[in-house]
Amino acid sequence: MQDIDLTIRVGGDSATGGIVTTGEVFARIAAYAGYEVYTTRTIPAEIKGGHVMFQVRLAPKMVWSQGDDLNMLVAFDQESINRYYALVRPDGILLYNANDGKPPPADGITQYRLPLNDLAKSINFQRGRNLIMIGAMVKLFNLPFELATAVVEKQLGRKKELLEQNLVALKTGYAYVEQNVTRVAPFHLPPRPGAQERLVLSGNQALALGAIAANCRFFAGYPITPASDIMEFLAGEFPRIGGTVIQAEDEMAALAMAIGASYTGVRAMTATSGPGLALMTELIGHATMTEIPVVVVDVQRAGPSTGMPTKVSQGDLRLAVFGANDDAPRIVLAPVSVEDNFYQIINAFNLAEKYQTPVIFLSDQDMSVRVQTIPAFDLSRVRIEPRVLAQPHNGEPYERYANTPTGVSPMSLPGMKGGQYVAEGLEHLPSGAPEYTPELHTENMEKRARKIRFAAREAETLKMYERFGNAYARVAIVGWGSTIGPVREAVEQAEREGMPVAVLYIKMLYPLPTPLIGEFIRNREVIIVPELNHTGQFARMIQAQFWREVVSVRQFGGLPFARRDIYQEIKQVYAALEPKKTKWPRAQKTHKAKPTRRK
Amino acid sequence: MVATLEPPTLRFAPVDLVPNDYKSDVSPIWCPGCGDFGVLASFYKAIAELHLPPEQLVIASGIGCSGRFPAFVRAYGLHGVHGRALPLAIGIKMARPELVVVATSGDGDAFSIGMGHVPHAIRRNVDITYIVMDNSIYGLTKGQPSPTSPVGMEKKAAPYGTVERPVNPLLLAFASGATWVGRGFSSRPKELVELIKAAIQHRGFALLQVFSPCVTFNDTYDHLKAIAKPLPAEYDPHDRIGAMKYAVDEETLWLGIYFQERQMTYDEALAAKRAQAAKPGYGIQDIIAKYMR
Repeated sequence: MQDIDLTIRVGGDSATGGIVTTGEVFARIAAYAGYEVYTTRTIPAEIKGGHVMFQVRLAPKMVWSQGDDLNMLVAFDQESINRYYALVRPDGILLYNANDGKPPPADGITQYRLPLNDLAKSINFQRGRNLIMIGAMVKLFNLPFELATAVVEKQLGRKKELLEQNLVALKTGYAYVEQNVTRVAPFHLPPRPGAQERLVLSGNQALALGAIAANCRFFAGYPITPASDIMEFLAGEFPRIGGTVIQAEDEMAALAMAIGASYTGVRAMTATSGPGLALMTELIGHATMTEIPVVVVDVQRAGPSTGMPTKVSQGDLRLAVFGANDDAPRIVLAPVSVEDNFYQIINAFNLAEKYQTPVIFLSDQDMSVRVQTIPAFDLSRVRIEPRVLAQPHNGEPYERYANTPTGVSPMSLPGMKGGQYVAEGLEHLPSGAPEYTPELHTENMEKRARKIRFAAREAETLKMYERFGNAYARVAIVGWGSTIGPVREAVEQAEREGMPVAVLYIKMLYPLPTPLIGEFIRNREVIIVPELNHTGQFARMIQAQFWREVVSVRQFGGLPFARRDIYQEIKQVYAALEPKKTKWPRAQKTHKAKPTRRK
Repeated sequence: MVATLEPPTLRFAPVDLVPNDYKSDVSPIWCPGCGDFGVLASFYKAIAELHLPPEQLVIASGIGCSGRFPAFVRAYGLHGVHGRALPLAIGIKMARPELVVVATSGDGDAFSIGMGHVPHAIRRNVDITYIVMDNSIYGLTKGQPSPTSPVGMEKKAAPYGTVERPVNPLLLAFASGATWVGRGFSSRPKELVELIKAAIQHRGFALLQVFSPCVTFNDTYDHLKAIAKPLPAEYDPHDRIGAMKYAVDEETLWLGIYFQERQMTYDEALAAKRAQAAKPGYGIQDIIAKYMR
């Protein structure tokens, strides 16, 4: 069974509903049966109407990307057959709605017809088509029916009456296959007892859990796809643990509220997507100036403007790093996976508090909405870095912005006697009183930048990076964010084919941990930087920092990379490489970077 | 939702300080004769008479002449960006409801760039005092018309006279469901002290519009002295519709407490929800457990 690795795509129109539910519930059934699942979706931005695609990849071992070819297509309508039939592998299967679709003549692909609309009519439950489909899939894969029932009860059990109907629908699909299908499906998914402890959740959920673990107790946000479920998650949990969630009137209010809350000593966060981050830029500069810790989550989506709200992008890097009037140093972090959202958001809070600075956290649509199985969180790894607090004495004047060697000044909180000061958005004296001499501004700009320079070291102390692949390879990939999944699989494949690649994924994008990256890229002949934006924003940062050419691999159509995309890039790079002349690695005194081809 | 509402008392041990004790070391940068001096002096007096401990008071502000206000008070302060005094103040209050929170703005900060926040702060009934020093002009940017400027005002940015009608901040407050609305005048300090005290003591959102003329760009002292006067002695500040009638009057600009009503505040309402939702011993482990397969 170890070699099972199935990619299943569900397609249909959102107007009839339930496409995502079909995929998500089925993925959970597989997860509960002991499989690792990795899901991905493209949905229209509209609530009803428009084509929806949901993909589940499942295997007994961890998988890292959405899968390239389809082992199974589940088609709710003709359009799904038209769009995806060609992607089904020759040994794959098609499960289609016979009331709305005619597949091409059988050509080796095993076809299963399901009169979906008729079955829904027979139980007088049109909206139950998704559950009928799930029932059919459960039977085809020989998954235990009780397991499916249990998952449906857990996922859809909030409304009792509807649950009854849903269970009837599930049974209807299951029974139809049981009674009418004689051809045994080529793949079975026997339950795997003793499978490891797993969480089944999305990146946004992992992030919200991390925020709770990091002692965040104040959240203000404004609804925006794909970040809203962070607010919804916390709105459910915060009241139970003494936290506050405010749905603000706009993004500026959301960040201002978070800044106000943090000013009083409570760990605070807001979450948004690109358009919201654009609105928050002035206040991010304000948090830099007033030195108030705050965490700003940007779940990136394709833009500019309203762009493609439900499609992935990594296009907000420059806005996150440089978006401000004048120089406003801040910390920018990016998790690499669903699981990593949990650990990195904890780092985000700790760094914000330690360095009294805004931290921008760049998640993306792909990892934020994707439901996946991940290892249970290790709560023993959670550390809370406290804010450096002042101990004001009555009589002695308290200097909030005292210029210290690290740039971090002890902070007082409202309620502390003798600690009164004004957190000042104007340039200010150490006391906080407004003042604008050239000398003072020069000193303070240095102070605020110094803190952030010190923070760069944390990338190593907190191990905010991933290194894998072949450490001695001539070719390297330096990347950030959710592209790590397809990169991991492409590199494994390339390694098997004699094309070793060394990989470094950086989770602190500003300040860049220069020694860490510099050490990694020196002696490499080619550096590939894959990312999901038009101009190669990270590639240009690396080039500017290290004065080196890189191969910037860009995709910006709104979909994540496939394993194949990265693999082909590696292959091309290797094809253009001159054969190795000297033994490598060698001990070197100087490290002159060779100019390499630029894409 | 039924909950017992606390009487309007302040929640800290009183201190005995004189108005001067609340003065910070920073000298006001306003033009000599600015109405804001009158507001500031009345503010010192009001908080002294309320026996407010300076460390329990937080003043948030936006941008403009009004934005400098927190720097002149020996209290905690947060000088924000243009238009965001209210959301900053809301964050402070909701994170630490025991604090006394005041926000200060001008008419531009409150009713132009920050206008999007005003009705929402009011409808949430956040327990903060919002003092808007209204001079019907942008002073710090040197005299552009503001949202409370009268039609026809001729200024550099409107050399042929403005054509927009002014907003009526008090009506706006009523339309949003305000629980405390008042209006003062910087040249009538005695009344202003009482208004500020009442606004701070009110549990809930208090909008206090204070006419505070700009001597440099829009000197309305004589005009205001002629037409501003206290609400009649028999006036009932619990009649919302009656209050709105006085608020629309343009012949006489009435001063005083227009309206007050005790309703559940934002922090009280959320505390009640928390009490409903609270689970003893509930924590991160329990939340994570929901997502285990």
